[in-house]
Amino acid sequence: MSGLLVRGGRVVDQSGAGGPVDVLVRDGHILEVGARLTGPTAGATVLDADGCVVAPGLVDLHTHLREPGNEDAETIETGTRAAALGGYTAVVAMPNTDPPLDEAAVVASVLARGATAPCEVVVAGAITKGRAGVELAPMGELHALGVRLFTDDGGCVESAAVMRHALEYARSLPGAVVAQHAEDPTLATGGHMHEGAWSSRLGIPGRPAAAEAVIVARDLMLAELTGTPLHLLHLSTASALDLVRAAKARGLAVTCEVAPHHFTLTDAACEGFDPVFKVHPPLRTAADVEAVRRALADGTVDAIATDHAPHAPEAKERPFEDAPPGMLGLETALALTLTELVEPGVLTIVEALALLSWRPARIAGLGDHGGPVAVGRPANLCVIDPARRWEVDPTRLASRARNTPYAGRKLTGRVRHTVRAGEAVVVDGSAQR
Amino acid sequence: MSSAAAGRHLLSIAELGRDGIDELLGLSETFVEVNRREIPKLPALRGKTVATLFFEDSTRTRLSFETAAKRLSADTMTFNAEGSSVSKGESLRDTAQTIEAMGADAIVVRHRAAGAPHQVARWVDATVINAGDGRHEHPTQALLDLLTLRHRLGTRSFDGLAVTVVGDVRHSRVARSGVAALALLGARVTLVAPPTLLPESLDGWSCVTTSDLDDVLPETDVVYLLRLQRERQAAGLFPSVREYTTRYGLTVERAANMKPDTVVMHPGPMNRGIEIAAEVADGPASVITEQVTNGVAVRMAVLWWLLGSGTVP
Repeated sequence: MSGLLVRGGRVVDQSGAGGPVDVLVRDGHILEVGARLTGPTAGATVLDADGCVVAPGLVDLHTHLREPGNEDAETIETGTRAAALGGYTAVVAMPNTDPPLDEAAVVASVLARGATAPCEVVVAGAITKGRAGVELAPMGELHALGVRLFTDDGGCVESAAVMRHALEYARSLPGAVVAQHAEDPTLATGGHMHEGAWSSRLGIPGRPAAAEAVIVARDLMLAELTGTPLHLLHLSTASALDLVRAAKARGLAVTCEVAPHHFTLTDAACEGFDPVFKVHPPLRTAADVEAVRRALADGTVDAIATDHAPHAPEAKERPFEDAPPGMLGLETALALTLTELVEPGVLTIVEALALLSWRPARIAGLGDHGGPVAVGRPANLCVIDPARRWEVDPTRLASRARNTPYAGRKLTGRVRHTVRAGEAVVVDGSAQR
Repeated sequence: MSSAAAGRHLLSIAELGRDGIDELLGLSETFVEVNRREIPKLPALRGKTVATLFFEDSTRTRLSFETAAKRLSADTMTFNAEGSSVSKGESLRDTAQTIEAMGADAIVVRHRAAGAPHQVARWVDATVINAGDGRHEHPTQALLDLLTLRHRLGTRSFDGLAVTVVGDVRHSRVARSGVAALALLGARVTLVAPPTLLPESLDGWSCVTTSDLDDVLPETDVVYLLRLQRERQAAGLFPSVREYTTRYGLTVERAANMKPDTVVMHPGPMNRGIEIAAEVADGPASVITEQVTNGVAVRMAVLWWLLGSGTVP
C-alpha cells in the first residue's frame, strides 16, 4: 500500500477546529479521516503532524511568477516552490508578464509550464490587450482555457468606460470575476510611496490614499450597473475598505483582498530610502494598518493575498524613485498572519485560514482547493506548526529574488508539510522538488 | 580647532543637530578667513581624493565643491552621468563602488532622486556628502545660507528670527534642508506659496504656512525666495507665471513693504522678473552674491570636518 498518512494533527477547515486525527491520502484524494487510523495505513508514508494544524492548502489570488519575460526575477519553477513552502497548493499568476497574459497562446504556455509545478498554477488573464486599457483582451478565449479572474494588475483600468465594458462582457462568462488594481493613474503616476507626512519629509513624490478610494468608489458603481462580480486587489486604505463595507451591506457582489505588508508595515519604513519597501499600492499610515486589521476582523476582507512580486537584486539597487515596486510574499504570508493577526487575537485560526484558503479558492473558482478536509476530497493540504519560531533570512528563501521587507523579522508559525494532489511536495519544511 | 566629525557622512541637516550645525558654521568662519588670504590654499587634505558624482546637471554646486577640495589640496575626480557608464545601464551601486575603487576618500553625490546619497553611503566605505538629492535635502546649501545670515545679521543667535520662505516648497530640497536648519536654530519659519506648491503634509515640519505673502512680509526679518520651475505650470499646479508673480513675486512694490533691514535671499539660479525683481535682487537688501561666495568656505569646512585631522593649518 502506498499513500500518505498525515498523523496526529488538528484539522482546521470551514467546519471549524477539531481534535487530533490522522488523515490518510491515496490516489490524490483523502481516503480516511479519523483518530489513530490503522488497517489501511500500512505502507503509507507517515507525515508527522503532532502539535500541528492540518488545513486545506492555501490559495494565493495574487502571485507574480514573472514568466514569461522576467525569469531573472522569478520563474514558474522557483515561484511555485516558494508557494509550496509557504503552504500554497494553488496560485493565481498575474498577467503583467512580458508578453502579457492577454492571449490564448501565452496563457496556454504558462498553464502547460505550470502543470508539473509543485502547486497548481492558474492564470489571471488581462482585461485589455497589452494591459493598455483600451481594447478588450479575448476574454472568452481565455475563459475557455480556464481563466476566471481578469485583471490588468500592475496597472489600473483607467477608463471608466473600458471597465464598464469589461464587466458587461464578463457577464457572458460563467464564474468570471473582474479584478481591479485600484489606483487612479492620474493621481498616482509619478508617485513612489504613500503621500503623507513621510513622503513630504523625505521628498519622495507620493501616491495619495484618495487614488485608491476614487477607483474603488467608481468601480463599485460600475459593478452595480453591470451586475458582474468585482474583486478589488490589495486594498490598503481605510477609506477604500469603508466603501467596500458599505457596498457589501447593500448586497453588492464585491470581494476584496489585502496583502500582508498592508497589515504589518507602515510608510515610516521608507525612511531609509530602501526600495525593498517600495510597493504599489504603497505602505500606508498606522491608521490604515489598523483599518485593514479591522476590516479583516469584521469580514469586510475576503482574502489575504500575497502580491508576491519578485525583483532581481540589481533592480532594487536603484534609487527609490527608479526602482520597480513590489515585494516577496509567498514564504512569509502565513507566518505574518499567524504572528500579527492570530496571536494578538484579531482573528481566530479558523478565520485566518478562511482568508488564506477557502474564501480565495471560492473567488478563483478553484473547486479542488480550499477543503474541506473530508473523505473523497482532493488531497490539497497544508500542515502548519503554529508554535515554530523562525527568523526571515532572505538568502534562504526559495524564491529566485531576495526582496523581502521582513529580513531579520522573527515570526511564529511555519509550514511543516504541503500535500498537493496527494503528493508530499514539502516535507519537514523542505521542498521535495 | 580639531575635526570631530560625528558621522562619516553628511546626508541631511537633521542628523547634524544644532551642535553639528554650530560646529560647521564655526569651522566655516575659519575658511572664510583663509579664502581672503592672498594664496587661499591649505595643505589640510593633501593626499585625499574627493570625487564629485553628479547624476544631475549643477555646474555651480559641482564647481563649488571642487574649488573647496582644491583649496584644501585634495585631489579631485569628476564624474558626470551624461555620456558615462550610467547611460550604458550601470547601476548606482556599481558606479559608486567603481569610484571608490579608484581611491576616492569622499564622494559628493548629486542625484535627481531622493535618498540616492543615503543608498550610496550604505554601499561604500568612503565618506558620502549629499550635494542635493531630488526634493529631499541639500544640506550644504542650508549651511551656506546660515553662514550668510550670520554675517549679515551680525549675530549667531537666530532665536525668534522671522523667516519667510516663498515659492515651490513642495518640490524643493533647498527648502527642506533650510527649514530644518532654521528651526533647529530657533527661527520662526513661515512658508508662503499657493497650496499646490506647499508640502502635502506638514506633519513634523517646524513652521507655519500661509498663501498670502502681503500678510506676512511686513513682519519678516528674512525673505527666502525659491526658484519657480516653469514645468510646474504645465503640470497644472498654478495658472500662469504672470499670476504667480502677481501673488508671490518679490516685486519692487512689494519689497517696499518690507522692514528696512529685511534680508533677501535666493539659492540661485534666479528667474529675474518672476520670483524676484532684478532691482530687488541687486539691491541693498540682497545677500545673493554672498551666498555663492560662502558656499566655497562651507564646503571646505564640510570636507575638512569629515576627512581632516589635527588642527586647521
